[in-house]
Amino acid sequence: MSEKGKELGKILSQEVIGTEIYSMWIELPQISAHAKPGQFVSLFCTDKSRLLPRPISICEIEREKHALRLVYRVVGKGTKEFSKMNVGETLEVMGPLGNGFPIERMEEGKKAFLIGGGIGIPPMVELAKQLKGEKQMIVGYRDELFLTEELKKAGKVFIATEDGSTGVKGNVLDVIAHHQLDADVIYACGPTPMLRALKKYAEEKNIECWISMEEKMACGIGACLACVCQSKEIDGHSHVHNKRICKDGPVFLATEVEL
Amino acid sequence: MINMSVTIAGVTLKNPVMTASGTFGSGQEYSEFVDLNRLGAVVTKGVANVPWSGNPTPRIAETYGGMLNAIGLQNPGMEVFCQRDIPFLKQYDTKIIVNVCGKTTEDYCEVVERLSEEPVDLLEINISCPNVKEGGIAFGQDPKAVEAITKEIKKRAKQPVIMKLSPNVTDITAMAKAAQAGGADALSLINTLTGMKIDVNRRCFSLANKTGGLSGPAVKPIAVRMVYQVANAVSIPVIGMGGITNTEDALEFLLAGATAVSVGTANFFYPTATVEIAEGIEQYLRENHFEDIRQIIGAVQ
Repeated sequence: MSEKGKELGKILSQEVIGTEIYSMWIELPQISAHAKPGQFVSLFCTDKSRLLPRPISICEIEREKHALRLVYRVVGKGTKEFSKMNVGETLEVMGPLGNGFPIERMEEGKKAFLIGGGIGIPPMVELAKQLKGEKQMIVGYRDELFLTEELKKAGKVFIATEDGSTGVKGNVLDVIAHHQLDADVIYACGPTPMLRALKKYAEEKNIECWISMEEKMACGIGACLACVCQSKEIDGHSHVHNKRICKDGPVFLATEVEL
Repeated sequence: MINMSVTIAGVTLKNPVMTASGTFGSGQEYSEFVDLNRLGAVVTKGVANVPWSGNPTPRIAETYGGMLNAIGLQNPGMEVFCQRDIPFLKQYDTKIIVNVCGKTTEDYCEVVERLSEEPVDLLEINISCPNVKEGGIAFGQDPKAVEAITKEIKKRAKQPVIMKLSPNVTDITAMAKAAQAGGADALSLINTLTGMKIDVNRRCFSLANKTGGLSGPAVKPIAVRMVYQVANAVSIPVIGMGGITNTEDALEFLLAGATAVSVGTANFFYPTATVEIAEGIEQYLRENHFEDIRQIIGAVQ
């Protein structure tokens, strides 16, 4: 059988780490044993009027504790339901899903940007833990910070805020320019405008750039073809220009996708 | 020993549970969760003569107890399908039902002719997809068009033909009778109901296509009613679907007159639904002292 599976996860902790931002550790022996940075899990609602699973990126993996940390923003009724759940309660989880970040692209002596924007920051935490080489964490927030302490453990953190309340006023590219930073490889997750700007930046600078994408999903395993993105090359599944974010991604080489 | 097998147009299925087209790909992805050998049949996602790109995203939106989709029949076309997906499915002891889509009668006929050389058990003709402008639904909402396309397909098809009907009509029995008159060997229903969702925060349509097909538990009572009406209006077998999530749902369709049932949207949130429903039906028959599934088909009083 495959490494993917569906299991009942017990909530080990749940805390608020920002406005509408929650951090939850869930005991998931099967999924945590196979999970990689940049992969995601599908969380199912207990209220069955909400059918579809919510895809949430993996923030941290603790194999010894058989647990995953998920950091998510409450954006609708489904995530609201998760945020109301208490320690000891269980929920259905499917995963690990997707491909994850290619950590083998980095090695000692090379420099990486780990770029997260808003709720795209969480997957950077596990990536930072596992990645080799020099790691420069570039994180963009609206105003309020979260997960910066975790990221500081793995390397230098550069912050941008939209209102300038912390770090550089502006976006992640403004931080890079302000500190005159450079890198051999970029790993990024965040809103589409950020990814679009990074794709352009990386192409101009000729830097290898891996981006994690997001789209409304149904099955989460590549069958329903809901969450496609436009790909430069003919895709392997439908032989058109549509890669499946849930299965072929969510991480793509920026040059592979049209944004 | 309870008989769970059913026969549709001369093809015997080990049990009456199959997948609904478009929710299960060609089985590869779900084979990691489900033993395909335990399914009566796998109904593939729609296949056209050439690759189709489908609609822009977002392609899906959740609604209360259901979901809207407007995938737009993205598919790799018949050549890749025949070379990759049919050999994959042939590894399993289950029947293969290929869903066929097209924009013109010629498109459908081209696929049907291509499939005639392949080890496919049944053809399901999708004349009811609400998400493609030309073709699809255009054939499924006019009895004359239903009869005409059924006739054209029957002239060329080597395998028995199931016509998949749309619920987006005034009288579904008129479409069912037209398909039967055109020579259809069986019918499947319902395809999705055309719906719409609006994002009030962004004041825009939730789907890029504006409209989409509603599926899931929310549509089940409509589907059961339509299956009952159609089963009583035609003499060919009916395959029932629309919101089936558990054994009880499937039993409703069988009692309403469906010879077999398809599980669709439930695969997304309950990947093992198909096999558990097959087991559940058998258990129901045992507990109610039936020896043969055929005893409950259309047995509603």
